[in-house]
Amino acid sequence: MPTKPELALDPVLEVEDLKIHFALRGSGFARLLGRDTGTVRAVDGVNLDLERGEVLGLVGESGSGKTTLGRAMLGLVAATSGSIHHRPGDGSPDTDIAALRGKALRQRRTRLQMVFQDPHAALNPSMDIETAVGHPLVIHKRASGDELRARVVSALERVGLVPAEQFLSKYPSDLSGGQKQRAVIARAIILDPEVLIADEPVSMLDMSVRAKILQLMLDLKDDLGLTYVYITHDLATAKFFCDRVAIMYLGKVVEIGPTAEIFAHPRHPYTQALLKAIPDVDPNKAMPRDLPRGEIPDAARPPRGCSFHPRCPLARADCGWEPRDLKALVEEHWTRVPVADYEREHALVGGLADLDHSENRAVVKPHGGTVADLDALFDRIRTENAAEPLWQGVTSITATEDGLVFEFAPAAEVPLRPSGPTEVACVLYPPDPS
Amino acid sequence: MKALLAPFRTTTGLARWLLVTGLVLVALFVVLAVFAPWIAPYGFAQSSVDGVKFTKLDPPGPGHPFGTNDLFYDVLSRVIWGAQTALLVVLLSVLLSALIGVPLGLLSGYVGGWTDRVLVLIMDALYAFPSLLLAIVFSFLLKNVLPSGVVAAALSLTVIYIPQYFRVVRNTAVSAREATYVEAARALGAPNSVIMGRYLFSNVIQSVPVIGTLNAADAISTLAALGFLGLGIQPQDAAEWGFDLSRALDDAASGIWWTGFFPGMAIVLLVTGLTLVGEGLNETVNPTLRKRRFATVTLPPRPAPSDLSETQNALAITASDNSAEGGGK
Repeated sequence: MPTKPELALDPVLEVEDLKIHFALRGSGFARLLGRDTGTVRAVDGVNLDLERGEVLGLVGESGSGKTTLGRAMLGLVAATSGSIHHRPGDGSPDTDIAALRGKALRQRRTRLQMVFQDPHAALNPSMDIETAVGHPLVIHKRASGDELRARVVSALERVGLVPAEQFLSKYPSDLSGGQKQRAVIARAIILDPEVLIADEPVSMLDMSVRAKILQLMLDLKDDLGLTYVYITHDLATAKFFCDRVAIMYLGKVVEIGPTAEIFAHPRHPYTQALLKAIPDVDPNKAMPRDLPRGEIPDAARPPRGCSFHPRCPLARADCGWEPRDLKALVEEHWTRVPVADYEREHALVGGLADLDHSENRAVVKPHGGTVADLDALFDRIRTENAAEPLWQGVTSITATEDGLVFEFAPAAEVPLRPSGPTEVACVLYPPDPS
Repeated sequence: MKALLAPFRTTTGLARWLLVTGLVLVALFVVLAVFAPWIAPYGFAQSSVDGVKFTKLDPPGPGHPFGTNDLFYDVLSRVIWGAQTALLVVLLSVLLSALIGVPLGLLSGYVGGWTDRVLVLIMDALYAFPSLLLAIVFSFLLKNVLPSGVVAAALSLTVIYIPQYFRVVRNTAVSAREATYVEAARALGAPNSVIMGRYLFSNVIQSVPVIGTLNAADAISTLAALGFLGLGIQPQDAAEWGFDLSRALDDAASGIWWTGFFPGMAIVLLVTGLTLVGEGLNETVNPTLRKRRFATVTLPPRPAPSDLSETQNALAITASDNSAEGGGK
């Protein structure tokens, strides 16, 4: 990866081509027959470096794979392929976390820690705060007796749970959300780690507490020399908190760069859409909210080419248009026409199973009509919205005796490519010729 | 002491009645069992006193308040010593089955995979058998291996109750395994043994005391059934109500009621008591069934009208306004 000019090149974690796929369990019937039920590509080829001392934000919608990526950095989920190299700052040898198992992996977790989204669930309800916060030291046999207590007290004081003595014998149910999250942070820092992975640490907290917890985390970063991975869907806190931001969509990083640059000049159409979705408090500054249409696609069957193309307002011919997109378009058309028209057209097309795949070529067979009727129908749909970017991706529509043949343009490869200070994965930003 | 009384203070209505009635009945039998040597007038296998043999099938009277049976034993003493046998066997079997069933359930639920499948299969197979049949088979097998009838009976009951603890703990562990605090423990680098012992165990055992007491009730009747069939404890080993009942079967036809009535009543009362404790505990411990009592709030007495403050005057005025609007009542 290219050098970031504003940061010294000292990565503490290097994620290389990481893929995490989960097998779908499918229906009971499919399982009985031992059929292949498909996989969900939660993380699908991610490359990124975490520089020592920075705050890297992983931003994306639910289902974008940001939490899975964060958990993989701790070895909490097994990687399907790829590697996560950890270079400890204390001179111990660097290792691939994705390949570690058992005791070695548990040992590694003294250097990498996690703060969870739901502070109400992250603490054992039947363990008092002293035991819970001190437990990492007990597990790794770092302290016991008076020393253990002293270190628990100092960790609690550090996260602002003062007077610490008052909290030692409390149970999680006695604390407020903010206090619980402070206790969770105390438990995470008590082993003196170098990387803290914070999975939406403030999203379950009251507005009034959020800023305090984030400020606490920034203070801890300065005092203890921590590096953060901040996983969030909340761009406002990411802007405040992060040095660099990686925007994730459907298991891939689509844009990564310095926070200021991402917010000032978003390059990827998805980033632009995300930024437009931030609510504005000024009622006079009404902005056109051309939010991305539709929903985040099924990660078990990601779209061809760029995953964002079906929702992208700036999509081009080579974005990876496929028969499935045409199917969605016809279905959308049917929601607008009168019922009688729908029934006639549906009888003519005979279901859309012919279009439910992602190949370059699709043949739609006429049912109860002629190919010419079919051609006329698709012409009508096309004239309804000629600006629809899908049609740029359809290179030819020919009527044969088999049916109507659609040819789609091939999908362009969209790796992360540098563009100014950021890197972006989009056909609109071609590789630099130099 | 305060913790012991908590069920009484926090429960209300039916749950409290169940619990208190059950506890009184069970306490009665516990006292009989513990102090049997002092309470019982004779030994459990004593058929004579000072060389004078008891009258066979003597009806209840001054010498023998519950009469004597066809083996010349004093029925009252048999009933009292029987409480000791019953509680000893049940305590042993409940403790043993919890000691085996709970860790196995925890392991199976947490580890999952093949361990879980194999254990669930074995436990389901055990569970599918009629429990009495299984107990008969095991007591038959164990009778010749173990010298003590009490231990043999306890072990054969243990086998049939393990699956219940296993299933309940396993199912709770399966759902608790996905809890964030378990993942947090893993993220701390805790080995599996620590996660099971410190994070899962305390969160999955709440329902075990309830199953324990309900099983105990069931175990009393199963033990009696074993004794009734002659597979339980022999009369020279210890007094056993089921055995006495089977001996009394012939007497009942000839109008001799006391040999069967008293051991039978003992079984019924102890089973009822334990069931009531179990149900009461369930209503108290189980948050989905529990109804907490409302604390009564005592308001400070109203001050005399002369020292009404300004605000209270204002309140009084609003109140009278409201009543005026309400149709001038």
